[in-house]
Amino acid sequence: MLLDIKNLQASVEDKQILKGINLQVNPGEVHAIMGPNGSGKSSLASVLAGRENYEVTGGEVSFDGKDLLDMSPEDRAREGLFLAFQYPIEIPGVSNINFLRTALNEIRAYHNEPPIEAKEFLKLTREKQKLVEFDAKLTNRSLNEGFSGGEKKRNEIFQLAMLNPKLSILDETDSGLDIDALRIVSNGVNKLRSDKNAFIVITHYQRLLEYIVPDFVHVLYDGRIVKSGTKELALELEEKGYDWIKEPVTTASV
Amino acid sequence: MITTTSLYDQLTSLYKEKRNDTESPWLTALREDAFKAFARNGFPTTKQEDWRFTNIAPFLKDDFLLSPGEASLLSTKKTANIPHLDAHEIVLKNGMLNEDVNIPGVTISPLRTALKNDRFKDYLSKHISLNAQPMAALNTAMFEHGIVIEADKNSIVDKPIHITHIYNAAEPVFVQPRLLIIANKGSKLQVVESLLIIGESPIFINSVTECYVAENAQADHYILQTTPGNVRWINFYQAVQKADSLFNNYTYTLPGGLLFRNNLHLDLNGTNTESHLYGLYLTGPGQLTDNHTCVNHLNPHCFSNELYKGVLMKDSRAVFNGKIFVQQDAQKTNAFQQNNNMLLSNNAIIDSKPQLEIFADDVKCSHGSTVGNFNNEALFYLKARGIGEAAARNLLVNAFAFDVTNKIQIPAVQEYVEKLITKKMAEAYDQQ
Repeated sequence: MLLDIKNLQASVEDKQILKGINLQVNPGEVHAIMGPNGSGKSSLASVLAGRENYEVTGGEVSFDGKDLLDMSPEDRAREGLFLAFQYPIEIPGVSNINFLRTALNEIRAYHNEPPIEAKEFLKLTREKQKLVEFDAKLTNRSLNEGFSGGEKKRNEIFQLAMLNPKLSILDETDSGLDIDALRIVSNGVNKLRSDKNAFIVITHYQRLLEYIVPDFVHVLYDGRIVKSGTKELALELEEKGYDWIKEPVTTASV
Repeated sequence: MITTTSLYDQLTSLYKEKRNDTESPWLTALREDAFKAFARNGFPTTKQEDWRFTNIAPFLKDDFLLSPGEASLLSTKKTANIPHLDAHEIVLKNGMLNEDVNIPGVTISPLRTALKNDRFKDYLSKHISLNAQPMAALNTAMFEHGIVIEADKNSIVDKPIHITHIYNAAEPVFVQPRLLIIANKGSKLQVVESLLIIGESPIFINSVTECYVAENAQADHYILQTTPGNVRWINFYQAVQKADSLFNNYTYTLPGGLLFRNNLHLDLNGTNTESHLYGLYLTGPGQLTDNHTCVNHLNPHCFSNELYKGVLMKDSRAVFNGKIFVQQDAQKTNAFQQNNNMLLSNNAIIDSKPQLEIFADDVKCSHGSTVGNFNNEALFYLKARGIGEAAARNLLVNAFAFDVTNKIQIPAVQEYVEKLITKKMAEAYDQQ
């Protein structure tokens, strides 16, 4: 098993956001996590990636056999966890290329590998840019600076391709994308799918799942996974909305 | 306090002793005025507004030798090496130029020789207010060594002129070098200054540089304060621009010395001038870096832009005081000033004071100051890609400094400064 989440609970400023999440992800699988706004979808992504303002109050997470929650954010990334940000940040003054090379080399150093050769790096960059259809000029341009919303999301997928993680979490990568950008992003992900890696796709809309077809769909509500199923569940949600999911939970908790 | 007085007394008696008749009468008269100004005011204290945040008294307490040993440096072949810098190299040992320098289109001469010529009367301390600037007055009264760099009319100097100041600090020394740069009409030159200290003893440098940029001329001056050692350096820089000229000043101060006080004054004495003042200070443990700048817009249609960025580590301190005066005649002035600071430690202190005084009514001016820390969101983004804390901080500091470092027009100097930032950041991080 690649990822094993057991009864994960987390809070922000004493407000409990995750109230006991259980999820198992195996290599080769794509899991979709859906749910209404404020249900804890992005919080789950943040907790897994190690964002500081979240406090884990209970449960455990094992990633490829190691205790994920014990690791720093950078070590999680080095171990093969990748978070595609919902809002990729612009960092003026840090060039895209320098950023990627630094990231790649820090990961390599962690695995006791030598820094990547300039030529090899260039080749890899070209190859992956082509693979994910990301043609933005990267040299002499600051990280995400001046990129449109769509370009920023595509840059996330490009970084994913470059770093080749074991587990990728896409946090609402589809939000705000037009249909062409959505298709390009999805194509990129589909090309990167293999029986060795896995994806957790967090989305608000069923539309994305027409392009990235999930093996499992989970519905998150009020900090818990309240329903799990196959891709048909997503269609059902699209049709009926989230209200029918909410009711039994609220009733049960009363 | 007593030892400070004794340095004052020591300087006074040395001044009286050294007065010689071989200097031109105008220079003797100037020195006399300057010494009176210094004697009246003494060393600056924190009671004066311009020195409120920088107390130099503790730095004057050592038992300084007023003229450093000369012989010991004669054999040294060292220069402040900037990798890949293609430049005309000039080495000043304890302030002295020991070899002939031949640079096409430029005359370089030892100051004392040059000042025998009366025409320098129109330059030396001509724009410095000796009464308001006691340290510059002291230098004017007592400087011994230095050079004059003069670019001939219409000469475009092919390569930067790199000056390395080497000082012997085997014993504590107090030195007062002086530099006069004249870019005559239509000329263009670039000067890069580095400092190299040999020895571990305290060295107090009280330097004055004057840079005259004539009509349609262009002068770029890079001051690299990157020297390790027990350095205290007070620099007074007076630039004067005539019509249609361009002046760029780059002052970069990195961890190493104890005290850096840079006074940069700019008089815009003609119309249609352009000036850029870029400063970067990265301060390390125990260091104090103080930048006082003053841009004086006296004429219409001039543009000045000032950007100083600071990154403060550990228990370091920095001061920024930028003044812009736009005088009544200086209509259509564009004058901008910005000071941004990053405090990387709870023990670091910045005093930032941007000032703007406008007496004309048709101008575009702005000034501002910010103080902040790392952007945590940016830090998390970098870490989430596998970049460790130290490397992430380094990337962000270089990014912060980028607005200033990317203005360096000599690629070798830019690379040198950027690498040094990385190195100094890493050193400071390792100490945590």
